[in-house]
Parts: sequence; C-alpha cells; structure tokens
Amino acid sequence: MQIKGKAFKFGDSISTDHIAPGRLFHLRTNLPELAKHVLEDADPEFASKVQPGDFVVGGKNFGLGSSREHAPTIIKLAGVGAVLAESFARIFYRNAINIGLPVLICDTNQINAGDELEVDVSKGEIKDITKGITIQAKPLPDVMIKILNDGGLLEHFRKHGGFALDA
Amino acid sequence: MSKTIVEKILSEHSGTDACAGDIVVAEIDAALVQDGTGPLAVQHLQKLGMEQAAKPERTVLFIDHAAPSPRKELSNAHKILRDFAKKTGAILSDVNEGVCHQRMVENYMNPGEVLIGADSHTCTAGALGAFATGMGSTDVALGIASGKTWLRVPETFKVYVTGEFKKGVYPKDLMLHFIGMIGADGATYKALEFCGPTIDAMEISGRFTLANMAVEAGAKAGLFNSDETTKKYLKERGRGEAWRPISADEGANYERVYEIDVSELEPTISAPHMVDNTKVIKDVEGIRVDQVYIGTCTNGRIEDLRIAARILEGKTRNPHTRLLVCPASRDVYLKAIEEGLIAKFIVAGATIVNPGCGACVGVHGGILGDGEVCLATQNRNFRGRMGNPDGFIYLSSPAVAAATAIEGVIADPRKYL
Ligand code: SF4
Repeated sequence: MQIKGKAFKFGDSISTDHIAPGRLFHLRTNLPELAKHVLEDADPEFASKVQPGDFVVGGKNFGLGSSREHAPTIIKLAGVGAVLAESFARIFYRNAINIGLPVLICDTNQINAGDELEVDVSKGEIKDITKGITIQAKPLPDVMIKILNDGGLLEHFRKHGGFALDA
Repeated sequence: MSKTIVEKILSEHSGTDACAGDIVVAEIDAALVQDGTGPLAVQHLQKLGMEQAAKPERTVLFIDHAAPSPRKELSNAHKILRDFAKKTGAILSDVNEGVCHQRMVENYMNPGEVLIGADSHTCTAGALGAFATGMGSTDVALGIASGKTWLRVPETFKVYVTGEFKKGVYPKDLMLHFIGMIGADGATYKALEFCGPTIDAMEISGRFTLANMAVEAGAKAGLFNSDETTKKYLKERGRGEAWRPISADEGANYERVYEIDVSELEPTISAPHMVDNTKVIKDVEGIRVDQVYIGTCTNGRIEDLRIAARILEGKTRNPHTRLLVCPASRDVYLKAIEEGLIAKFIVAGATIVNPGCGACVGVHGGILGDGEVCLATQNRNFRGRMGNPDGFIYLSSPAVAAATAIEGVIADPRKYL
C-alpha cells in the first residue's frame, strides 16, 4: 500500500481528548460531522487544511487516554493516509488497525511539518521526499498485518467467520 | 511453567499454555459498553447482521457518561442501547445506576474472569483478581456477539509495595506517585501486578483506585491477588460463592519489578495537562481553584465520601469555589444518605450530582469556564477533558479535594485530620 501526502506535525502525548474531545460527545453518532473537528484541540486549523493522503505525524504515546474508537475513525474519515509516531498508546493502536487506519512506529524527529512523504505501509518504508531520506518503521506485528490486509477487524471476522488470528 | 496472574487467567480462557507474547483467542466472561462507545458497537453489529449477545446476562450496557441526557443527540444515542438491550436480553444499566466500572465490580465481576469493555478504565475490575481491559467499539462489539476476543498476552511488571501510609496519604497518592515515576507510557502494552504487604493490608476500595488508573501508565491491565479481602467484598455484595483464590506462581516471570515504600509518601497531585506531571502537595499549595469535583470511578466510592465528609463536617466551602460531589453509583449514593454524609456535604455548600460520569468526561454537570481551574478526584487531566480546552485540571485524593474546597486554594488535608 503506497500513500503520498504532506506531513502535519504534532507533539508528544496527543490524547484522545485532543483528537475527539468530550465536549463534542453528542457528535459521536454523527461521525462525518465529528470529523470536521478532528484534532481540533491540538491544531484548530488541521481539519480544514488536511488533504486526502496526508499524514498525521506525532511524537511519543500518540492517542493516549480513552478507548473511543471515534478518534482513529475520524482521523481516517478526514482522509489521513497513515499516522506516524514514535510510540502509540495501546488502545488507540489497536483501534486504528481494527478500523483500517495504518499506524507506523518510526523516528518522527527527522520529519518536519509540511514535508512531502511517500509511505509504503507493508514495507514500513517512509520516504521523506522533501529531505531525500528514507526512514524505516518498526514492522507491524503479523496479527496487525492480517487485520489490516483483511480491511479491518469487522471484515476479518466476516471473512473468516470468527477470529483467525492465533498462531 | 510458573505463571503470572495474567498468564494464568488467559491460559484458562484460551485452553492454551499462554505465555507473555503469545496471541490467543480467549473466551470472555463479561463485556461492557457505555453510552459514548456502545452506539457505535451496536452499529457495527447491525452492519455485520449480528445483533446478538453470546452472554446476555453478562453483557452490560451503561448509560452513565451523559446521564441523564443533556441533549437530543445523546437521548437518541441512548435509545440505540435501550433497543439493543431489548433485542438481545443484555443488561441495561440506565441513568439511575451509576458509573460502569463501579457497577461492574459491585455486581458482575469475579476473580479469575475475563472482562473486555469499551472504556479505557475497564481495568478497574483487575482489583478483584480478574483480567479486565479496555478496547474500542469494534473489539467489544465482536466480543459481545461471539463471546470471544483476541489478545496478546502481556508481559507483567510487578509493583511490590511496602510500608504504612502516613496520616492523610492514600492509595490515590501512591498511584499518582507511581505514574509520575514511570510516566504515562511507562507500562504501555504491559500488565501491572500489585502486591506486597501494603497491598495485602489495603482495603478493596484502595485496590479499585489503583487498578482503575493502570491505564494512565499505559498498561493493558492492573491485577491483584484474590485474597480474604476480595472474599469479604464479594460476600458483602452477595457473591461469596464466586470467590476463588488467585495469585501468581512462585518464580513467575516479570519483565520488571518496581519496589515502592509508601511510608514517606506525601499527598501527591497531578498538574495540568498530564497525569504523570506529578507534584508533592507543598509545591502546589495555594493555587486558586474554581471548582472541586469529588467522584468518578477512581474515587467516588463510599470510603472516599467518608474521608471527604470527615474533613468538610462543620465547615463550608470557600465562596469562590464550587464543590461538586458525585457518588459513583446508586448503591454508594444510598449508603452515603444512610450514613448522613450527603447532609454534611450539602451543609458544607456542595452540589450533589447524580451518580454517573458527570463532569469527568466534559459532557455536562460541571464544565469548566475559560481559564478556570478544577481540582478533581478523577483519573486524568488531559487538555479539554472537562469540556473546555482552556480549563486546567489537577488530580488528587478525596482528602486534598475536601481541604481545597474549604480553602479555595489547593490545600494540605492533614491539618483537618
Ligand atoms: S467517571 Fe470518568 S473516567 Fe470513569 S468511566 Fe466515567 S468518564 Fe470515564
């Protein structure tokens, strides 16, 4: 899977409250509307600037906090191609894969805001075209690749008539 | 092979010899969703054509985050859960009942069981010697429908606690201190096992507070031995027969061991906007506070209300500081009425909010104004958490909260004890 787009940089510890805040709780059953506010409390202009294929580039512990699957879902709905971060909080990471949003762990310090990136998700390869460098992401665990390749966990479950993930 | 608590429970539930790092498909005993995550879970199942519950008597749908509903969109979301309950026979915990995690331990969870919940603080039930973890709507939807989930068996960090708490210092202070020590991502993907003489001597409510906040260190679960204290609690809740002992094997494999001596611990506070931004009380004393919030799944139990009431008795809140008290469940509320605590709070100038999540998640019942400061007994203080990205949240024990309500600034509770 090849994705091309621009980097939107965020700092460490972007929480689910930054991504899908509680004050917009009433929009959780209206995801397209909620997506218009994605990451609003970290960057109020992000939602209006992001283009399909662009990347959210975070620091450490991206997505910490709540279990709200709405957080990765509205990042995906906003057109984001993948989230790159130095590390992810557990539930966010699992949710993102479940709903088919690629998440890659890599050294994001090398990427600047606005850099043009080309990402090969299955190889975990991030080309920073602006800088002319290639950054290697940590390979996704096999189980996550299976789910992502099936198009998310619901599709996985439908396809296999249950979970086909243990060894 | 010697096993940690998590390895034991997941071995039993997967029919395998589960070791840290293994991927297993495990039977689940119980599942929960709440009104923020449940509607999406139900919609997922509708899409799959699987609107069903494998174990309806152990599937609990909570209306607690926006209860009673403050607006029509949320009332409509609640209808989705009520309809699903009717259709599948799942249990509905409606607006009068209280916060999901408190209700799960009060009424549904037992040692050795597996619980998955679409709420990050599902880990609370680990205090009863269960494996309980938070997941998203998709995972829990499939868990509800199939009675199973997939899990990577986590490595365990052992947290060995010794020493006696000083007066005015509580399990909440220990947990804030620990998270400050290892960081908000210090235990990501890991299980925490709390043990040692201080934990053995700790009452169940303190264990709930510790287990509840395991996720604030990034952990997948926070587990405790199931012992005589657990047995006593289950008996009180009418589930004595469900008790069984659980502990790790001698020689179990821990990725890391932390030792903490609580005897020198001070009242500890998390400052905005991160739980691991911890300070001892003397470094934050005197900061002006607009609202004090006592409640939540972390510290809204009867034991917490007793501590706060003792400090507030015969005093009144500072006129500049709103005081909100929110019992975590209906049972806690009733007990607080019977014990006369509610009257003491009201006399002290408190507003009593109905059991539920209330202000904690920023939906209603105590939203902060721009630039306002709240000191709360809850578990997280991220920017925007209480409904306003321009608000500031400090986290503390119920004792610090009560003293702060009296003085209108962050205050050391020890002079009132
Ligand atoms: S009380 Fe707060 S932390 Fe607990 S379940 Fe409710 S919103 Fe979440």
